Amino acid sequence: MKAICFVKSVPDTETRVKLAGDRLDKSEIKYILNPYDEFAVEEAVRKKEAGIVDEIVVVSMGPARAQEAIRSALAMGADRGVHIEDDSLDGSDAYATAKVLVEALKKEGGLDTFQLLMFGQRAIDGDTWTVPSMVAEMLGIPSVCNIVKLDIDGNKAVAVRMVEGGEEVFEVELPAVFAGRKGLNEPRYPSLPNIMKAKRKPINKYTLADLGIDAGTVGKAGSFTEVLKYELPPARQAGRKVEGEPEEVVEELIKFLKEEAKVL
Amino acid sequence: MNFELTEEQKMLRDMVRRFSEEQVKPRAKEIDEKCEIPQEIIKQLAELGLMGIHVPEEYGGSGLNYVAYSMVVEELSRACASTGVLVSAHTSLVVDPILKYGTEEQKKKFLVPLAKGEKIGAHAMTEPGAGTDVTSISTTAKRDGDYYILNGTKHFITNAREADIFLVFAMTDKEKKHKGMSAFIVEKGIPGFEITKYEHKLGIRGSSTGELVFEDCKIPAENRLGEEGQGFYIAMYCYDGGRIGIAAQAVGIAQAAFEEAVEFAKTRVQFGQPIANFQAIQFKLADMATLIEAARLLYLKAAWLKDQGIPSFYKLSAMAKLFASDVAMKVTREAIQVHGGYGYTTDYDVERHYRDAKITEIYEGTAEAQRLTIARALLKEM
Repeated sequence: MKAICFVKSVPDTETRVKLAGDRLDKSEIKYILNPYDEFAVEEAVRKKEAGIVDEIVVVSMGPARAQEAIRSALAMGADRGVHIEDDSLDGSDAYATAKVLVEALKKEGGLDTFQLLMFGQRAIDGDTWTVPSMVAEMLGIPSVCNIVKLDIDGNKAVAVRMVEGGEEVFEVELPAVFAGRKGLNEPRYPSLPNIMKAKRKPINKYTLADLGIDAGTVGKAGSFTEVLKYELPPARQAGRKVEGEPEEVVEELIKFLKEEAKVL
Repeated sequence: MNFELTEEQKMLRDMVRRFSEEQVKPRAKEIDEKCEIPQEIIKQLAELGLMGIHVPEEYGGSGLNYVAYSMVVEELSRACASTGVLVSAHTSLVVDPILKYGTEEQKKKFLVPLAKGEKIGAHAMTEPGAGTDVTSISTTAKRDGDYYILNGTKHFITNAREADIFLVFAMTDKEKKHKGMSAFIVEKGIPGFEITKYEHKLGIRGSSTGELVFEDCKIPAENRLGEEGQGFYIAMYCYDGGRIGIAAQAVGIAQAAFEEAVEFAKTRVQFGQPIANFQAIQFKLADMATLIEAARLLYLKAAWLKDQGIPSFYKLSAMAKLFASDVAMKVTREAIQVHGGYGYTTDYDVERHYRDAKITEIYEGTAEAQRLTIARALLKEM
């Protein structure tokens, strides 16, 4: 069977977010492959190493830098890439993104070709957690998100996800969407020989026209949500020092916990 | 002029930085204390393709270049200087000369497992009576039919504990002085070859430093690297490249100490404010950053020149090593100063960086020897 992994280029976790007015200042951001997507790619690569999967395709929608995320996934062991780039995609929300990913999947052969659709549970930038389920819904196939274990046997898969106090075990028929989280596996470091090989792996490039998508149905126009502005969280306030005799300090502290922190 | 890294170089640097941060750095203190690099780290280095970075793929390497290799040594050394020099001594002093001077047979037999990291290399030149003055080595190799008989003692040999393959230098004809020196590929475990002791050192304590004794040790003649009498030139070739690795190691050590100094200065409060607010500290940090940047550019240029095959790269590699080792000493010393009394304790890593930095002024040619190399080169040119 073939696997398809949907990945995203996101700001590095160590990025210091800066604003230019009420927009993000992207000039000094270093982008990386979304860490959650690494779980998805790693799982697909392991399934390939186990002889279950014979080809892994990595798909990413985004500007030129999305290609670097694709290369990172190729260096981990995926076979080829698909890059969807179009100026009209700017401003796409999770719904518009899911629509585009579905069309890219169809362009590459659809569900006749791919049985294993892998995602990271969330992207660390937008953090909507919704694209995997939306893609599954649009395709009319099952999705199991937030998984920590995935076993495949023929056209059935058993996926485990953690819930409070226990595990939920799902048995689903393939094709299906799976979204991985921490605990699914330990993503490998791309070895240097694999980084060199990744350079030679093909990446198909599609525009909206190639996918037969009307520009008015994606981007800002095709989105249900719109980012109005960005704001930094309020700066951390300096701590307050309570001084005096122990009795006074305790009294003061209890008063604070009751009246200001409102936790008592 | 273009200072931008290629896409592969960026991916390589990101991978090594992440590996170093996650796998090596958390164990650096333990490596220093136990005087040993865990086997699993060495295994990971091999799996990641970091033991033959500039070796062509056909010989088991990763097919990149010396620039990429030296960047890797910096990143590893930023986490752990002992791990950095393990890769550097292996690559520059054993892998590189076999790649350059080895026969096709030798490359298949020795280079491939070395470049894959299945085997580790050590370079054996130094003797109790021969340091900088390599032509005074007294180890001999006498031809006996299809063999050479090796006799002598080598000491201060980096990677002695980990190595499977030793590149040993010996006199095949003492009369001819430096033209009577030859190089031999010696496998661990053969009769007549023993490792008799390991040194206790000030810094890079995780890097093993051993003494090798050869007593009527029979080496097959096909294990001679290069021609008889070519040993001295092979050794010089090794050190010209090796200095780039050591310069990169020195920059990595300095970078680590610098980052810790910045972090400490921003959080340490004295006189009611972080000490980073004080100009006395700011000037130190500014100087440290500037020195590191200059040292890094110097080793990268030397590596680039070597990759281009420009013979005069050796002058730049001597400059890079001289300057970077001096920078490592200055920066680590100042990093301790920024930390004050805390920096003098083992609760912080800067004391280790300070101890690790010192060796970069000594091995693979002392700072004084680098100055001689540089002066002779420029006087010849100008």
